[in-house]
Amino acid sequence: MKKNGAQILVESLKKEGVDVIFGFPGGAVLPLYDVLYDEPIRHILVRHEQGAVHMADGYARATGRPGVVLVTSGPGATNTVTGIATAYMDSIPLVVLTGQVPTALIGNDAFQEADIVGITRPCTKHNYLVKDVKDLPRIIKEAFYIATTGRPGPVLVDIPKDVLSSAPDDYRHPDKAHLDSYQPTYKGHPGQIKKAVDFILSSKRPVVYAGGGVVLSNAADELKAFSTKLNLPTTTTLMGLGGFPGTHPLFLGMLGMHGTFTANMSVTEADCLIAVGARFDDRVTGKIDEFAPYAGIVHIDIDPTSISKNVKVDIPIVGDVKTVLKDMLKLIPQKSSLSGFKKNTAGWHAQIKRWGATHRLSYKQESNGKLKPQYVIERLYHATKGHAIVTTEVGQNQMWAAQFFKYDRPRTFITSGGLGTMGFGFPAAIGAQVAFPRSTVIGIAGDGSFQMNVQELATAVQYKLPVKIAILNNMMLGMVRQWQEFFYDKRYSHTCVSVAPDFVKLAEAYGAIGLRASKPGEVDGVIKKALAVNDRPVVMDFRVDPFENVYPMVPAGQPLNKMLLV
Amino acid sequence: MRHTISVLVTNEFGVLSRISGLFSGRGFNIESLTVAETLDPKISRMTIVTRGDDKVIEQINKQLNKLVSVIKVHDFTGEAHIERELALVKVSASAADRAEILSIVDIFRAKVVDVSPKSYTIEITGDEEKIGAIVELCRPFGIKEIVRTGRIAMARSPKQK
Repeated sequence: MKKNGAQILVESLKKEGVDVIFGFPGGAVLPLYDVLYDEPIRHILVRHEQGAVHMADGYARATGRPGVVLVTSGPGATNTVTGIATAYMDSIPLVVLTGQVPTALIGNDAFQEADIVGITRPCTKHNYLVKDVKDLPRIIKEAFYIATTGRPGPVLVDIPKDVLSSAPDDYRHPDKAHLDSYQPTYKGHPGQIKKAVDFILSSKRPVVYAGGGVVLSNAADELKAFSTKLNLPTTTTLMGLGGFPGTHPLFLGMLGMHGTFTANMSVTEADCLIAVGARFDDRVTGKIDEFAPYAGIVHIDIDPTSISKNVKVDIPIVGDVKTVLKDMLKLIPQKSSLSGFKKNTAGWHAQIKRWGATHRLSYKQESNGKLKPQYVIERLYHATKGHAIVTTEVGQNQMWAAQFFKYDRPRTFITSGGLGTMGFGFPAAIGAQVAFPRSTVIGIAGDGSFQMNVQELATAVQYKLPVKIAILNNMMLGMVRQWQEFFYDKRYSHTCVSVAPDFVKLAEAYGAIGLRASKPGEVDGVIKKALAVNDRPVVMDFRVDPFENVYPMVPAGQPLNKMLLV
Repeated sequence: MRHTISVLVTNEFGVLSRISGLFSGRGFNIESLTVAETLDPKISRMTIVTRGDDKVIEQINKQLNKLVSVIKVHDFTGEAHIERELALVKVSASAADRAEILSIVDIFRAKVVDVSPKSYTIEITGDEEKIGAIVELCRPFGIKEIVRTGRIAMARSPKQK
């Protein structure tokens, strides 16, 4: 019997090594779901299409493999947009398959029709509308190739229902994708690499500023070798956390708006800034004209558009971070001949040590006082000894998770950095747990964010996924409230969420476990109970101090060294 | 500064909107844009006239290159090249003015492609200045309508081997 488009598509997915799809069925994708009935590939049934994309995204970030989403046309497709934009901003490889109305009906305002290729054009790396079933195997091949190579990103493939149900006489799965118009540069220019190494060795106040590119390129080992060989103080962006060991003596902590005092001061005073797979985001640079004002800047990035986009770079190197760092390592002289560099940078290291000693990240937890959210994060770190995959929502919970949990390994800190999508963390945790069923996966959440995709509790219960959700529940939209406190005269406009569900009962209603801690003394017990559960999700409701703020803070538009401190 | 950029793209539906969407989404401006197939029917050429400082132009070039549908980007600025656009100008032509208009057409090596009792339609090709000049000369007679194609460009061949 001849194979139809749906069967050919599943064949293609299997050839790409897809082991799980996150999806939600509907009319336009019925032919495909009919094939999935025989379970050739695992399918996770979500409760909302946005959840599916975040799950696939969490899966991709945790594993490094592309996440795959399958949804129907119209609303199914439009519900994926926030998830796709989230993945696009953070360069996460996804392949999103959307059903479309039959070819003959396209453009006729048919039932459940939406121009999803048009809608997602600016938030995908590339997208396709498959008009002929014979193109399907090639397009799927190209979609995975584009999503996973160069600077990764989401690719959407829109497939009309008749394409899925028609059976071509002959078709062929290509072995390789070939695109004349798409050839990413992996190898850095040798002359630029030499220039960069010479410049670094001539500096007196060097700092490495590493971003998400280190994680995406699987270059954590190379970065560690590079920084330790030259004894370079190293800071990371939010996206770079885990790309350099969080407990390493050379680690300065995260930089930027809520970065550490040491990291922000170091970048401001540096005479040599080595940007590795980072893109000078406004949350990192603060006031752009005063960012790293004394530094010559080396910038390694696979995406040429990232270079000199926001900040003028002195030595650009276009290439894959891992490949370039390997080449740079080869040019680093033996230890014995580094003594001059070591001597020149000794004063800098002493200065950094002084900054670190005087301005640590801090908060005060009184034993009978209100429960502090930072304390909850520290106890989670203590209880897991850092052996966990942590996802976050967006806002204060995200910043405290970045500051007070230490990430020694890449792909263990999963957060929506670029788009800042509330509702991301919980489904992303589910995706990570699907990828690593036996790992501890903790979703650090706020009460506001968690409710944006709370329906996925049903998904986690259905597939017995033991994700641990730690809600830092302040009954506030905390980060916005913090800005209102600092910059809007404490006029808390619509940020005090006075009505919220009882999260313990809510968890139980879904068939999950709900736990609560309101006092510091109850925290460890709740965490211990939660970590012991291995067959269903756990929601921990930590009732924290509603007026706690994230420090340090660089007010928007200010230079990095103008921090509000505790 | 003004730049004329030639972009080779795969000839597929939606590619124009990828390019124009890139310009509008990133706040780049387009003064004119022309598209047509090349010798290879799988490839189209777009000629875009845009304006920006060096930093913006650098981003435009890089962002265009980043699109999967874009094969090649070439900025003609600062090199010998030929630029042309075509305009159709419908100008009022009363009996008294006809001779003078025809002499202008002649001087500019333009053509009258349509005649009616009250108007001439003039076809003119050339660079922007030339078209601007004939438009100015025709203005006193009364221009009823004008249509311009936007600029196309091609590099000059090297003069020596």
